[in-house]
Parts: sequence; C-alpha cells; structure tokens
Amino acid sequence: MNLNDWALSLITFLPLVVAALVIAVPKADEDLQKLIALVGSLIPLGLVVWVLANFDYDRSGELQFSVNRGWIDLINSRFHIGIEGIGLPMLVLSCLIIPLCIVYSWNHFPDPHNPKAFLALMLLLETGMNGTFISQDLILFFVFFELVLLPMYFMIGVWGGPNRQYASLKFFLYTMFGSAFMLLGFLALYFKAGRTFDIAQLMTNVETAGISTNTQRLIFAGLFLGFAIKVPMFPFHTWLPDAHTEAPTQGSVILAAVLLKLGTYGFIKIAIPILPEGARFWAPVIGVLAAIGILYGALGCLAQTDFKRLIAFSSVAHMGYVMLGISTLTTYGINAAVFGMVAHGFITGMLFFCAGSLKERFHTLEINRMGGLLKTMPKLGWVLGFASMASLGLPGLAGFWGEFPAILSAYKPHPSLNESLFRVFMVVAAVGTVFAAGYLLWLYQRTAFGEPKAEWAGHEFHDVSTEEWIAWAPMLIAIVVLGIFPALLFGITDGAVTNLVDHVTKVLGS
Amino acid sequence: MILNQFLLLAAFLFCVGVYGVIVRKNAVLVLMSIELMINSVNMNFVAFAFYNDNLAGQVFALFAIAVAAAEVGVGLAIVLLIYRNRRSVDLADLSEMKG
Amino acid sequence: MISVLSASEAAPVLSDGFFLGYTWLLPLASVIAFAFILFFAKKIDKRNAAAYISIAFIGAQFLFASAAVVQWQVRDKVVVVAHEAEGAEGEGEVSSDGEANAEPAEEAALGLGTSARFAVPTAEAEGEAKLRPAVEKSVTWYRNGPIDVEVGTHVDGFTVAMLFVVAFISLCVHVFSREYLRDDSRITHYFASLALFTGAMFWMVQSATTLGLLFGWEVMGLCSFLLIGHWWEDTTNTNAALKAFFTTRTGDIGLLIGIVITFFAAGETFDMAKINEAALTGKMSQWICFVAATCLFAGVVGKSAQFPLHTWLPDAMAGPTPASSLIHAATMVVAGVYLVARLYGVFWMGFSIEVGGMNLGAWVGSITLVMAAALAFVQTDIKKVLAYSTVSQLGYMIMGLAVGGWAGAIFHLFTHAFFKALLFQASGSISHSGSHHSFEMERMGGLRKHMPITFITFTAGYLALCGLPPFAGFWSKDEILTAASANDFKFAFYAGSLGAFMTACYMTRAYTKTFFGENRLHLFHDDHEAHAVAVDVHDSHDTHAVAAHDDHGSHDGPHESNWWITGPLAVLAVMSTIVGLLQWPGWLGLPAYNFEHFIEGNVFEETVLKAFGAPKFDFAIAIPSTLLGIAGMIVGVVYYKVFNHDAGLVKRGGIFGLIHKVLKNKYYLDHLWTGVVVGSIKGPIAKGAYWFNQKGLDGVVNTAGSTAVGAARFVYKYIDQGVVDGAANGLGSTAHGFGNALRRAQNGKVQNYAAVFIGAVGLAALALVLFV
Repeated sequence: MNLNDWALSLITFLPLVVAALVIAVPKADEDLQKLIALVGSLIPLGLVVWVLANFDYDRSGELQFSVNRGWIDLINSRFHIGIEGIGLPMLVLSCLIIPLCIVYSWNHFPDPHNPKAFLALMLLLETGMNGTFISQDLILFFVFFELVLLPMYFMIGVWGGPNRQYASLKFFLYTMFGSAFMLLGFLALYFKAGRTFDIAQLMTNVETAGISTNTQRLIFAGLFLGFAIKVPMFPFHTWLPDAHTEAPTQGSVILAAVLLKLGTYGFIKIAIPILPEGARFWAPVIGVLAAIGILYGALGCLAQTDFKRLIAFSSVAHMGYVMLGISTLTTYGINAAVFGMVAHGFITGMLFFCAGSLKERFHTLEINRMGGLLKTMPKLGWVLGFASMASLGLPGLAGFWGEFPAILSAYKPHPSLNESLFRVFMVVAAVGTVFAAGYLLWLYQRTAFGEPKAEWAGHEFHDVSTEEWIAWAPMLIAIVVLGIFPALLFGITDGAVTNLVDHVTKVLGS
Repeated sequence: MILNQFLLLAAFLFCVGVYGVIVRKNAVLVLMSIELMINSVNMNFVAFAFYNDNLAGQVFALFAIAVAAAEVGVGLAIVLLIYRNRRSVDLADLSEMKG
Repeated sequence: MISVLSASEAAPVLSDGFFLGYTWLLPLASVIAFAFILFFAKKIDKRNAAAYISIAFIGAQFLFASAAVVQWQVRDKVVVVAHEAEGAEGEGEVSSDGEANAEPAEEAALGLGTSARFAVPTAEAEGEAKLRPAVEKSVTWYRNGPIDVEVGTHVDGFTVAMLFVVAFISLCVHVFSREYLRDDSRITHYFASLALFTGAMFWMVQSATTLGLLFGWEVMGLCSFLLIGHWWEDTTNTNAALKAFFTTRTGDIGLLIGIVITFFAAGETFDMAKINEAALTGKMSQWICFVAATCLFAGVVGKSAQFPLHTWLPDAMAGPTPASSLIHAATMVVAGVYLVARLYGVFWMGFSIEVGGMNLGAWVGSITLVMAAALAFVQTDIKKVLAYSTVSQLGYMIMGLAVGGWAGAIFHLFTHAFFKALLFQASGSISHSGSHHSFEMERMGGLRKHMPITFITFTAGYLALCGLPPFAGFWSKDEILTAASANDFKFAFYAGSLGAFMTACYMTRAYTKTFFGENRLHLFHDDHEAHAVAVDVHDSHDTHAVAAHDDHGSHDGPHESNWWITGPLAVLAVMSTIVGLLQWPGWLGLPAYNFEHFIEGNVFEETVLKAFGAPKFDFAIAIPSTLLGIAGMIVGVVYYKVFNHDAGLVKRGGIFGLIHKVLKNKYYLDHLWTGVVVGSIKGPIAKGAYWFNQKGLDGVVNTAGSTAVGAARFVYKYIDQGVVDGAANGLGSTAHGFGNALRRAQNGKVQNYAAVFIGAVGLAALALVLFV
C-alpha cells in the first residue's frame, strides 16, 4: 500500500470508521469510547503531519498526493482528491482542532451527556471537513460540504442551549438554502463546460469554451450565495450568532475554526478559479459586503451582553477581512485570506474555548455578571486576554497577518478592478481595527478586570484544568509561532495563490 | 389467393367460437369454443408464416397449441371441481363475481 | 593623523561592527527576560526575584547599547580612514556584513556633492567628513508572489542614540521600580511588561522596515495598556488603560494606511531607506507624499499625544510612576517623533517643509505645545502637570521636525528623555516617601527640607525643562526655536517662544507648591479614604504591604527615599545637567555639534542640510528665549508664591473664570471623544446596528422562515386539504357513483363480460379500420 496514494483518503475516512467503532462500544464504557475517539482522531493528525513533511513546498501550486478514480461514471463525476497550498493549511487546521476538542470534552461533555453519540458526531464532522478540503471534483465536494451539516445540526439541536431547536434548524435550513443555489451553479457548469465536474478541467474548459460573460456571472452568483451564507458574509450572517450562542462549546469551536472556512475556501478553490469573469464582476459586491461586515460585525459586538454572541459577531467582522482579501483578487489579498482563515480558526476557537470554560464555571455567559476574572481565575483570565489581543490583530500574533495584508491588498486590487472603490474599503477595514480593539478590550475589561461580582462571593472557582491546558496549549503556541514566523504559512500558500492569481489574470487579460 | 381462404376460414371459426363462448350455458362447451378461437388464430399464424416465408409464425402456433393444451387442462380441472361442488356446470348459476 | 592611528588599532576589534550588527540581540534578550520573568520568576524563592532578573538583563543591555555608541563613534574614524585608503577592500573591512558593503560607495558618491555643506570643524575629519554607512542586516520574513517581505535592522547614529537613551532610562526605571514596587503582589507582571516594553522599543528604533516598526509600535501599545492598567482592580485605571489603547489605535488607522501607501508608492517595499529615497527622488509624487505623510501623521498624533488625540496621556498617569516615567514620558510617546524623523523624506516632501510658512505638522505641534502648557496650569496633581508638560514638549519635537529642525528635534527628544524621566521619578519619590502615595500637590509643600536629594535632583530637571543654560533643555529647545526662526516658520517660532514662557511659569507653580512653603500633609492625616483611593494602592492580599504601609503612613512624616530611588534620580540629574553640552557650539575650541554629527544620516543630508544648511547656535535666539524662561519663572514665583493666587484671580469669574473652566474641563475634548464619539458608537449606533440585525436582517430571515412555514400551512390547509385532498375526495365519491352505476354491469356472469369484451374489441377493430 502506497501511503502517497492513501494518505488523504485515510485522513478523510478513518474518522468515519472510528465513529462506527465508537458507536459499537457499549454505552456504559465511556472511557473506551473516549480513548478510541481520541486515538482515532490522532491518527489523521499524524498522517497530516506526514503529509506536511512530504509535501513539496516548491510546487505548492500543484496537486499533490492526488488520486483520480472513477466514481459515478454516469455523470462523469470522479473520485478525484488531492491537496495543494490552499487546502493543506485548512486540512491541518481541521485535523488539529478535532483531537483538541475531544481532549477538551474529556470531562466536559455537555448535557445530555451521551459521549458516544457526541464523539461519533465530531468524528463524522471531521470526515466531512477533511473531505471538503481534499475534493477536486464538484460533486465530491458537494457531498462532503453537505455531510458537515448533519452532525452540526444534531450537535446544536441535542447538546445546545435553551433555544437550540430554533438555532439548529435555522443553521441547517439557511445553509441548505445556499447549497441549493450552489448545486445549481455546479450543474450549470457541468452542462455548459464540457460535462465534467473536475475542478481543474472546468478551469480550462470555462476558459476555452467561451461561455458567455452573463452566464458566468449568473453561475458565480449561485456559487456566491452558497459560499457567502456559509462564510457567513453580511447580510447572510444571522444564523451564526444563534448557532454559536446555542451550540455546545466544542460545536462552537469547530464551527468557528473550520466550518466557516468551508465557504471562504469554496471561493478561493472553486468560484474564483473556475469563473474569473464572474469573480471580476462580483468582486466589488463582495468587497462592499466585506467592508460593511467588518464595521457591522464590530457594531454588533459592541451591543452584546452575551459573551458567546459577542464572539460570534466578531467572527462576522473577521471573516469580512478574509473576504476583503479574496475580493481584491491579488496575491496579497488571497494569501492574507488563507492566513486569516487559519488565524481566525485558532484565535476564535480559543475564544470559544474560553467562553465554554467560563460558562461551565459561572453557568452564565452574561458579561455583566462576570468580572474580576484575573482575581478569581488568573490563568483563565490571562489566556482570555491573550486570545483577545490576538483577535484584535496585535502584531506578533497570528491575527495580524490576516488583517494587515488584507488592508494592504485593498490599496491596489487586481488591475481589472476599480481602484478607488477598493481604497474606500481599505479605509473602512483600517477603521475596523479600532472597533475590534474596542469590543474586545471592553469585553476584557468587563470580564477580567475589576473586582469579582458580589454574587460570586465565597464561590470557589477552579482555574484552568489539565485537559484544558492540553487542549489549549497547541492553539496558544500556534498563535504566537505563526505571528512571529508568518513564512510557515505563507510558504505553503504562496505558490498556490500565485498560480491562482496568474490564472485569473490570464483569463481576464485575454 | 390462398391466404384469403385461410383467413376467411379462420374468421369463420373465430366467430363460431365467439358465438359458443357467449351463448352456450355449458362450461365445457364454452371451453371448447375457446379452443376454436385459439385454433382459428393458430391457423392465421401458420397462414401468415407460410405467406411471409417466415418460420416464426409456425413456432408461435406450436407454442399456442401447447398453451391451449395447458389452458384446457386447467379449465377442465376447474370445471370438474365446480361440478363436484355444485353438481352443475351451468354458467348462469355461477355469479359469485357479482360486484 | 591621530585618527589614523587610533583607527588602525581599533579597526580589528571595533570596526567589524559586532555591537552594531547584532543590535537585534537587544530586543531578543528583552523577550527572553519577559518570558523568563513571566513563567519562572514566581518559582524562585526570593522576594523581588523578578526585579533582580530584570535589572540584570537591562544592565547587560545597557552595556551593549553603550558599546554600540562607542562603536558608532569609532566607526566614524574607521570609515574616514577607509575612504582615505580608497580601496574596496578597505570598505570590506569596515563592514563585515554583506549588505553594508554596497552602501559606502553609493553614499560616498551621494555625499560628495553635499559633504562640503556641513564642514564641521571636528578634530577627526578636517573637512573630509563622510557619512558613516548604516549597518544593515535583513532576512526574508516571508514571500508573497514575487515580493520578498524582509525584516531587518538598520543601525545608524540615530538608532544608536535611541538605543542608548532607551537602555539608560529603562535601567534607571528598573532600579527605581525595585524599591517603588517592592511588595506589590504583581511585581512579576510589572517587570515582565517593562522588559517586553523595552524590547519593543529597542526593536522599533532599529527596524529597517515600516512593518517591523509597526510591530514594535503596537507591542509597546500593549505594554502601555498593561502597565497603565497594572492595578486593574480599580475601574479608573482600566478605563485609562483602555482609553490609551483606543486612542493610539485610532491614530494607527492612519499609520496602517500610511504604511500601505508608502509600500506601494515606493515600489512594493517596506524598507524605510527606500521609501525615503523614493520620496526624495520624486518617485513618489508630491501628492502621494502628502497623503502618506498626513496618514502617517495621524499615527504620530495618536502615539505621541498630539492635539487633538492627546487626551489619553494624562489619564495614563494611572499607572505606576516609574512606568509612566519610562513609557509615557521618556520613550514610548516619542515613538511618533521617531517615526517622523525616520521617514523624514516622506514628511519633508509631503509637508513641503522646504517652503516654510506653516504646514500640518507645524500647526499641530504648535497648537499642542501651547494648549497642553495651558492645561498644566490648572492641574492639582503633580503627575498630571508633568503629563501635560510631556504633551507640550512632544509638541515641541513635532513642531521642530516640521520646521526643518531635524537634529534639534531629535536632540530635544534625547534631552527631554532624561529630564522628564527625572521629574517623573522625583514625583514618584515624593509620593513614595513624602505624601502617602498621593500625587496631589495639596498634600505636599516644604518638602525641600524633608527630601533634600529629591529636591536637588528635581531642581535639575526643573531647570532643564525651563530651558535655562547650561541645563539640557536649553540647548535642544533653543535649537528648535532657531530652526523655526531660520527656516521661516514665524508662527511656530512665536508659539514655541510662548510655550517656553508658559513652561517655565507652570513648572514654577508646581515646584513651589511641592517644595516650598509649609508641609500640608498633616492636614490630610486622618483621611484614610484618600489613602485607599490614592493611585498606588497595594494589593490587599499582601498583608505585609498593608502593614508597612500603615507604618509609615500613620507615624512617619515625609522623609527621604532610600538609595534605590535616589540613585537613579542622582544619575538622571547629572545627565539632565550635562547632556546638552553634546551640542556645544564649538566655543573654546572644543568639539562642536557632536550629537548632530553622531546622528546625521542620509535623510538629514538630503533634506535639511541641502535646503537650510546645518543649524548654528544663535545668540539672537538663545538670549531672548532664556530671558523668556526666566521671566516665566519670575511670574510664576510672584503669582503663585508671593500672592499665592492659584485660584484667586479666576474665582472672580468673568473671562478668567471662563478660561479656567475650559481648562479644567480640558477643552471639553474628553467629553467629545469619550462622551460623544465613543459613547455614540458604543451606545446608540451599536445598539441601532444590532437592532437592525435582529429586526431587520434576522427579521427578513425569520420572516422568510415563518412565511415559508405559513405558506406551507396555507398549502396544507387549503390546497392540500382543500383542493388536492378535496379533489381526491371528490374523485372518490365520483368513482363511487360510477361504480354503483357500473356494478350493474358486474353481474358476475362470465359470458356478459366476454360479450362486452368482444364487443369492445369489435368496436376497436372497426375504429381501426375506419380511422387509421
């Protein structure tokens, strides 16, 4: 068995097998379930490390570890998987987050407990997420993309907060709604561009087949709707705060860290390379929505009294930077977007972990009922402070590299785009950094500084526990390391992004 | 034309069969009338086969004969059972399928 | 010939530029110190371990920085020798690193035309002065498409001077803090932040790129936040910390955009030398320079507390006094000044400094220096007086840069660091030992008898700030005024002169209130509440601290601090007195304008020297400004001491009352920023946006959802159940009727069926024959 061929498939489907194993374990034997799930999620992590070690970084623009087998011959859909510089960081992120969530869950399963089902769902999620990042075929992509919905739906709907049913249904239906348009787009591509679902082939086919500009724009609009809802971009973001607020901690972390990236990844991997003409047409719209999202998300944050809801809105703002970077269609912008995706995954994931731990200790997420965290739980308080600082884009931490280059790229977008318009976006994005500092530091002031509230007098709080440290340490370290050595990530993405932008330029130029 | 005569004969036989099926009260005779109808069709098969120089018709005729034999076998068995139960084979008495 | 001799001896050891080439070790050491203190200091079983570790690190860094100063000074001679030797190999020896190799030739070529302009009569280089090449090192940080984004160090005289002053002040502050924050329960956090801050400042002043500079800039902001909020139990402190962070961050909008603009305008590079070159050679158009300079200037206004974003600095005094002295007086707040000086090419072109008259920088600087000085008159808190004085002096520096007094402004930055750090630490000493942890001048008075060392050192700082010769402030302030006058910035010159007068006046007020008259501390003796409210609240968990506190709080009167505090004060006082002599104008045959010669660089030569020539000491400016200073002191003494009129005149109301009210309310700028701008964003705007989100956007979604559900209900109720089901039901009954009708045909008679069947076939056959 050649690991080169099998690595990606194993990374994707092993969690599924492990999920089945977990289900097979008797209900009472929880330790065994946890152990199997943990080991089962660590193996893909090990494999992805192997992939990282064997990845050819000089050719990061090309597909590596690819497999191309027949799948559904009737519609010429193939089991075509592979990984390049844009998907790899996301794959790593996804493979890292799941074990961390499992470790975090160890003694913190939300009500109604049932670790068996919870772990199985998490592993199922991993399959869906990993599969999305390695798919090179639209139908395959779609299947994995949709596969993610179901476990998350159950996670929110079963283990969620009081309003969970509304939130889970909203999440499910809203994203399904977008997916329908996305599928329409895929089908239109299939019929218009040479009856194939293969992304690479579609790229060349669309370029040569001479699909009319209007059709390209329409198809892009369909894909846009599907991906934009997933991101979520303003004004399609309203499912996010509800989903985040109601979801269990692990669900929020996975949702923020990886699921949102499926949308942005779709833009970079599918919508823009296949339809550069559509991208050019819609880029100003994306830019406007991104710029609005940055300010709007921040304003939404300022109005919150609920910790998790605030962070959910901050995601809207941060994804605004990512989308702004994408909309410029430049290497700076798209590199920044991929970096922003990873950084946001770690940072916001970390913030949601903090939120979960606070909820567990205070049994509330009302910001005004907290306070004096640095006094009652200094370690948790400092971790929260660290994550906040990273989130507001402090140079030296990972968040900066998603933010600043995105602002930079908007100064000089792709030559086919309107420069002055994007400069306005640049200013808006720069203003957004102040707002980010505003809501995060106010949050921090209200939760961590000051004296503990009177209602908690005599209440004994336990500071960060061992499993929390284990789950958090990799993320905290990653935030610092990526902040100081951005080349670790830019080195992976740059080749792929340069290829992509070259392709776009070639198409738009001709 | 040789075909015409065969066809006319077959049509006559078929009509006799139809008459028998509709009019006769005795189930056995009805069965026999059915046989007549089937055989008139067989005759058509053979005639057309001959006319078109195609053996398929003859083969079909052989099949039809075999099927007819089986059918008569089953039919007579049913009639026999009806007779045993009712001591009559008069079709006018058999209206259990009334809707 | 002496120079040749010394150079040839020194060259092998010093000219390889170890200390210049490895300045990046300074911030690295600080970061190590930071991490070490944060994670391990508490585990060391020794009280104040954090302080000692920290002092050890900063001490080593100070030695390193001093060595760099020496090396840069020597480099002067070495380079001259190298030029005399006229060989590429000689240059190769001079600079060990590859980057610098190319520089000398290029700069020599550049310098040939202009070097005559500043023929400074120094002993070393008689008319043959050459610019010393900066030592540059860089590595690729990351690649983006075709561009290598680099990170590196650019060490020239200016950088070395900054490194020295930061290391010096930081060392003093560390030593001072050892006593001042003794027994503070968060001493590890304090020293860790201090170390990180020092590292960030070290990094900022040596960074070769704007991006690297931004790193230092923002990390300093973080440390400032942490240190202002050091006693975070109190909301006042955390509010001040947040305010500082937001305000500077607001300015940073401009900084970010400015960095972006210069990046593209200079041909996709963050390298500041290249950006300056692009600006000065006209690669960047004047308009782009103007926009970039204006944007960058916004960052400067935020960080260096210029009008109208200065409001955070006085509030920042909520932090521990030594931290204030280091960060909010001597070093961090001059980051903006540093930025302008470093990217002077952009500002030079953008603000059209050569033209004279007035420009944005000169306006802002002038307004700041006057309005902050006015505010200092009404403060009752000595730290606030010093804070506004800092704002005012920063205005001087900005104004100085904007009027073409590049060297003068940097020199003022240099001298100001010493005497302002001194004044702050002296006020800390007073609070620590003389006024029960309060900075209210009402609780002081007559301290010259109780705290003689503090008094003498404070006096040195006071005279330096008032600009009396030969103290440090005189030389630097005078140079700025000379530049403003010589370069035809009349308004700036008058504003500066007025500022000099006001500074002397309000400092005299503070000085007399603090050190003269009767001690007023006993008037507040039983005021325990004030004790608790006072800024330096020790953590209540620390019982020892409370005990010690009460000890000298209740029983001791004012007394002198111990040597941990007076030591740094003494050192700083000496520096405040003598450091101005670095710009000695060459009388008595002594070396002239050493400091200027030390810091000069390409930018200076290409801008100021080219346009205005080297600034010279001018008695026509120096004598009047000194007299103004003395006049200010006299007015201050007369008004505040003799008549004791602190509030007397203004109590009469009328125009003075109005002015007093406006000043007391800080021109209502705080109300504008905190109340109107921030309040409205945080309040109505954010709430409105959220309302829109919930009612508007989410409303749409929910309406869509509920409409879908409603539509489904409608469909179910009326269409499904009514029409479709109705149709089905109707069909059923119809069928029933039909069936009833048809059942008569179903008589069970086989022969009937057969007849119908055959009849139908017959009909069908007929139809077939007839119609087909």
